[in-house]
Amino acid sequence: MSTTRGSTPAHGRDVVARSAAEVVGYSAVERSDAYPDIPGREAEGLAGIDLEQELMTINLGPHHPATHGVLRLLVSLRGEQVVDLKPIMGYVHTGIEKNCEDKSYWKAIPFVERMDYLSYFFNMQAFVGCVETLLELEIPPRAKYLRVIHLELNRLHSHLVWLGTSALDLGAMSMFFYCFRDRDRILDLFEMSTGQRMHTRYFQVGGVFEDIPVGFERKVREFCAEFPSRIDQFEALLTNNEIFLHRTKGVGIVPRERLLALGVTGPLLRAAGEPWDLRKVDPYLPYGEFDFNVPIGTVGDGWDRFKVRIQEMRETVKIIEQALDGLPEGPILADDRKIVLPPRHELGTSMEALIHHFKLVTEGFRVPPGEAYYPVESPRGELGCFILADGSAKPARVHFRDPSFVNLQAFRDMSVGSYVADLIMSLAMLDPILGGIDR
Amino acid sequence: MPRAPDAPGLELIAAELNETHPGSVLGTYHDHGQACLIADPEQIREVLAWLRDTPGHEYTFLASVHGVDYLPAEPRFGVHYELLNMPRVERLRVRAAVPDPGGDELPEVPSVADEWPTADHQEREVYDFFGIVFRGHPDLRRILMPEDYVGWPQRRDFPMGGEPVIFTNTEKEVPGWYA
Repeated sequence: MSTTRGSTPAHGRDVVARSAAEVVGYSAVERSDAYPDIPGREAEGLAGIDLEQELMTINLGPHHPATHGVLRLLVSLRGEQVVDLKPIMGYVHTGIEKNCEDKSYWKAIPFVERMDYLSYFFNMQAFVGCVETLLELEIPPRAKYLRVIHLELNRLHSHLVWLGTSALDLGAMSMFFYCFRDRDRILDLFEMSTGQRMHTRYFQVGGVFEDIPVGFERKVREFCAEFPSRIDQFEALLTNNEIFLHRTKGVGIVPRERLLALGVTGPLLRAAGEPWDLRKVDPYLPYGEFDFNVPIGTVGDGWDRFKVRIQEMRETVKIIEQALDGLPEGPILADDRKIVLPPRHELGTSMEALIHHFKLVTEGFRVPPGEAYYPVESPRGELGCFILADGSAKPARVHFRDPSFVNLQAFRDMSVGSYVADLIMSLAMLDPILGGIDR
Repeated sequence: MPRAPDAPGLELIAAELNETHPGSVLGTYHDHGQACLIADPEQIREVLAWLRDTPGHEYTFLASVHGVDYLPAEPRFGVHYELLNMPRVERLRVRAAVPDPGGDELPEVPSVADEWPTADHQEREVYDFFGIVFRGHPDLRRILMPEDYVGWPQRRDFPMGGEPVIFTNTEKEVPGWYA
């Protein structure tokens, strides 16, 4: 376990923000007696109230670049301090869960990918893993390893987008370019192995869609060899950056017990010191065979959240390298012709394969009645998929427990009492993806 | 795969619960290695609190709350509480079996949002999509659908499609969710 640092410094403006709510506005310009008579204030019954004591309610978003999507925050401010906050969402609700009920299982995979658009492999794994649980289908080892490689590359991709946009929110513009440069290399890798840069539909029930092409392993190894030095460069830009330290240290702290009560998982919970990672405690793919650490923080402020994710990227690189080392030979799809498509070359020679192909494409496979909940560790926390099967080729209910949706409830605790600028920082370190929240 | 209490363990939990809160557990079942308790919706708070506080069980973490419509079956609705015991990494699903009162009446379940704050948004989501009212919820409004929306879209008898696309210029008045 690697921890990030010792205790929080007990000074700075955040302490001011927490302890004495009335110390906003030191300068004479901000004092209300500098403006003794603003017209209309008597009529509103506000004559005796100081200007900075007055509550102001504003909307942050939905179209605001710092809200990382179409999140609308109804914020009550006293001066520049956040007094209350209410997230309002649903602006990109597309009814994916309802639509899945109208699609056969294999057609629902591209749908669920598009929910949390930065961790599409995780959405796929949750859905496909849940269907495999319902079918009690075991997938071949090579498929499991290929899934791990792509999942972990996806985790890097998601964290890079988070790092770039969060640093951008805090004014570090160049981080955005550096992160997106490396993110693009991961997308190139996805394009090479799956044919698509995003929303690849690479996983399918029973395994993966295609074996990796020649040269893919070499490219991933090149990337993995280079990427730790890239992380060093990111850290060189941020970890000793005084502005970044002042903005993040000691800001947005929520105690661990409160986070657990709020159902928060993922890097946010680990930053508060709880070593909870489903890959470690409840290994679902061959994660139990890999040697990796779960980075945790101590305090749970913005700084710890930043460090935990940075360390997670290093550990992820280690997992990818080990998965490439241990990549077994063999089939990439389970050998069950009632569920997985037959190989293309058999269609020309085998009537049975042709019939299976036709039936699987037109009707899809049937799943015996039952229900299952299948959680995976996505870059943002526990991503759970619940499916109720009624015995037909379409699911009767698909529900995704999206980590962004649940984690967002902790945002009020993080930001009430702090400044608006710290609210932006807390939101960046929360890393919500609105596609996942609204589904 | 997530671990779960085995069949005898689940029966023991059900028996102990029925002893402490008579009639609270209506049934148990195992499905693909996952354990589920069917609970009386009126006593769901007691059941969850018992599972959380009783030494030896301690399912303290409420991972997910979601609604399910089992349409031809009775009782029609289910509100699922996915519980988790973090030290043992053991999951247990509690399903409140909610009957449909029929007509324009909405089914009701006591809210657990005050003791499990994570249920706040998730109960609102269940209300939004299934029309299940959580009694005692601090702020029970639609969360993902527009506030003036009519109907409960995730119910199985709610039709797919036919939803008109609303743009600002086709909206007749200031939309209700704005206020």
